[in-house]
Amino acid sequence: MFEFLSKLFGGFEGSKNRAKERLRLVLVHDRASLSPGLVEALKEELIEVITKYMEIDEEGLEVNFDKSDDSVALIANIPVKSVKRGMGEAPGAKGSPRVGGSKGARRGRNTGGMNGHLH
Amino acid sequence: MGKVIVITSGKGGVGKTTTTANIGTGLAALGQKVCLVDTDIGLRNLDVVMGLENRIVYDLLHVVEGQCRLRQALIKDKQFGDRLVLLPAPQTREKDAVTPEQMKELMKELREEYDFVLLDSPAGIEHGFKNAVAGADHAIVVTTPEIAAVRDADRIIGLLEAAELYDPQLIINRVRPGMVRRGDMMSIGDIDDILAIEILGVVPDDQDIIVSTNRGEPVVTNPKSRAGQAYRNIARRLLGEEVPLMNLEERKVMHWFKRLLSGEAQ
Repeated sequence: MFEFLSKLFGGFEGSKNRAKERLRLVLVHDRASLSPGLVEALKEELIEVITKYMEIDEEGLEVNFDKSDDSVALIANIPVKSVKRGMGEAPGAKGSPRVGGSKGARRGRNTGGMNGHLH
Repeated sequence: MGKVIVITSGKGGVGKTTTTANIGTGLAALGQKVCLVDTDIGLRNLDVVMGLENRIVYDLLHVVEGQCRLRQALIKDKQFGDRLVLLPAPQTREKDAVTPEQMKELMKELREEYDFVLLDSPAGIEHGFKNAVAGADHAIVVTTPEIAAVRDADRIIGLLEAAELYDPQLIINRVRPGMVRRGDMMSIGDIDDILAIEILGVVPDDQDIIVSTNRGEPVVTNPKSRAGQAYRNIARRLLGEEVPLMNLEERKVMHWFKRLLSGEAQ
């Protein structure tokens, strides 16, 4: 209600929202670079999950944080060697499984982007 | 066996020393035996905030180098005497004159004698910070509702974890309720969302702090001050009491009015 009234009278928006947003972005970056263990653990778990569905080049797997003006993205580059047969009956999935987009699998290289809202 | 608590922040100028002085004095006022240790080597400050700068003979370095006995270096507080003592930082030597191992040994000795040992950490994450956390078993992180201070607090929380000091508690200092209301300052809730650690206390921005520092008397002994009240609450929480966070939303006018009614207006 208060916010509504403030906006009504003069398009007011407090600077704290700007501070919060900037802080959120900077912390995603800080926290990721502060703990190299985090990225390693993430890699290992990614490999574990993805190898259920396809054979990948574990050595060539890259995981990085990419920071642009108003967002931080987690970029994973996962070279796919081959996709397992019988994907339609993947464990626990009813329909056809969607892993990082089929486009990537066909190209043999898959770049999945994911917004990193860590906190 | 006493508790050894390091008071730290990462960023400088957020009020670590004032916080240390006030929590220590607040605990002494509640009957605890307290030792304050200034670990900011080369930039001694806690002594002036406590108003004890004229009584210093020996310092932390003299103690760890064995040039004096621990007891000789401890300065008794003006008001609380034996129950509140200060171990001052050396003023002249290099920063790495003291090692983390020496600090650990010293803390072992101090925790035998005192209920609370409060370590005032220097700003930064270098040698002085490592010394300060070395002998501690608990940490209090001080921040202000500013982007740089919160960012550094976040970093410090990570470093404390790496030093196996888990579950640090947070003090949010210099909160200005008017600005929070206008949406121009991050609120307690905003900071809590970001840092996600237990909040030990919230201290309003208060001119009384400057006045009391000028006098060398921690504001916690001033019954009229709101910041003083906040520090008294923090001391009680450290003793395990459940004290709700101060209502900072109360308007200044109301506060002034209350003072007027109780005949305390300036």
